[in-house]
Amino acid sequence: MATVTMTVNGKSRTGEAEGRTLLVSFLREELGLTGTHVGCDTSQCGACVVHVNGEAVKACTMFAQEADGAEVSTIEGQANADGSLNTIQQAFQDHHGLQCGFCTPGMVMSAAALLKDNPKPTEQEVRNYLQGNICRCTGYHNIVKAIMAASGQDVSAIAAE
Amino acid sequence: MYSFDFEKPSTIDEAVAALSSEGAQALGGGQTLIPTLKQRLNAPEKLVSLTGIAEMKGVSSDGGTMKIGGGTTHGTVAKEAKGSFAGLAKLASLIGDPAVRNRGTIGGSLANNDPAACYPSACMATGATIRTNTREIAAGDFFDGLFTTALEEGEIIVGVDFPVPQASDYQKFEQPASRFPLVGVFVAKYGDRVGVGVTGAGEDGVFRWAEAEEALAGNFSPDAVAGLSHSADGLISDLHGTAEYRAHLIGVLTKRAVAAAS
Repeated sequence: MATVTMTVNGKSRTGEAEGRTLLVSFLREELGLTGTHVGCDTSQCGACVVHVNGEAVKACTMFAQEADGAEVSTIEGQANADGSLNTIQQAFQDHHGLQCGFCTPGMVMSAAALLKDNPKPTEQEVRNYLQGNICRCTGYHNIVKAIMAASGQDVSAIAAE
Repeated sequence: MYSFDFEKPSTIDEAVAALSSEGAQALGGGQTLIPTLKQRLNAPEKLVSLTGIAEMKGVSSDGGTMKIGGGTTHGTVAKEAKGSFAGLAKLASLIGDPAVRNRGTIGGSLANNDPAACYPSACMATGATIRTNTREIAAGDFFDGLFTTALEEGEIIVGVDFPVPQASDYQKFEQPASRFPLVGVFVAKYGDRVGVGVTGAGEDGVFRWAEAEEALAGNFSPDAVAGLSHSADGLISDLHGTAEYRAHLIGVLTKRAVAAAS
């Protein structure tokens, strides 16, 4: 066991981790931040996407000790300071960008990473960026629409096919 | 996963020392190794993460050579190579998905030498040099069959030096489930030669298509390879495609890569 300290959503957090403890296990089980989901545990579905030092990564495919000293952002840190939904989260609600909601934490974190680098993506760029995020309800159209809306673009012409 | 000790050194020397113990293994970005550990297909006693070594990260240009640190992620390669080495930037930008590209590293990919990995095709086509903590290895001497390389126990890929081509492109025919190339072809054009590297197809891993290289050296156009066909001998046959199918893809993708090279 080693003591691991990282800044999670702006606060310094410390916990114990084995060498094999995954970052997602550390967040969920050691820190109690269960918003980050484990969907496939094989780095394919993206439900566990968090940001480490500003970059989207799959928390099921990184060890907790690798993130020692890092800045980590999770879905729990996405809401505005007053507790209201941030722009991306609000757009997911407004455009029905979730069905069962299981993939949503990863979708929101991937969307945030995309819009940071590319504030006005095309629909195709959004779809390409979500290659590593799987929605088991197959509700992609409204997820894409929500992300386009969150980027401030007119989505009235995007059909809900 | 089986249990193991974990170390994250901050210099190459510390990493080499950490890797000298019995049962120690290097960990790059972990995008292949961690899933392998989860399946208990591998049981190191100690993992030595190379992600904390600043001197192994980043992309720089030195004359006509692009020098990429072994710990540089695919995402960084995709961004940094974009202006001057379009084929390599495209190759890196098509690996896995964005989150995987933010962790996976070029050194990790090369050390693993998956027969369907993308980077080996670029190394072979360009005649890249793989730099380790002890020596420099020409790409042609580095890849040594499936998942096997010239690396010794405990040897670390510190960086890769690519001679930057005048024009290049990478064409990847994706196996739709894994998004690894069923066949991938990298074409690199220089003043006096053309390199064609093929991944995903060979039973012994990555290889160069010498016949196409010769034809393209005299006439760098899709027409120059239109009449060529690669033999199916020595190519992989599996449930995703026969050797004949892969052989056909090699021809098609080479033509496409030449047409798209920039």
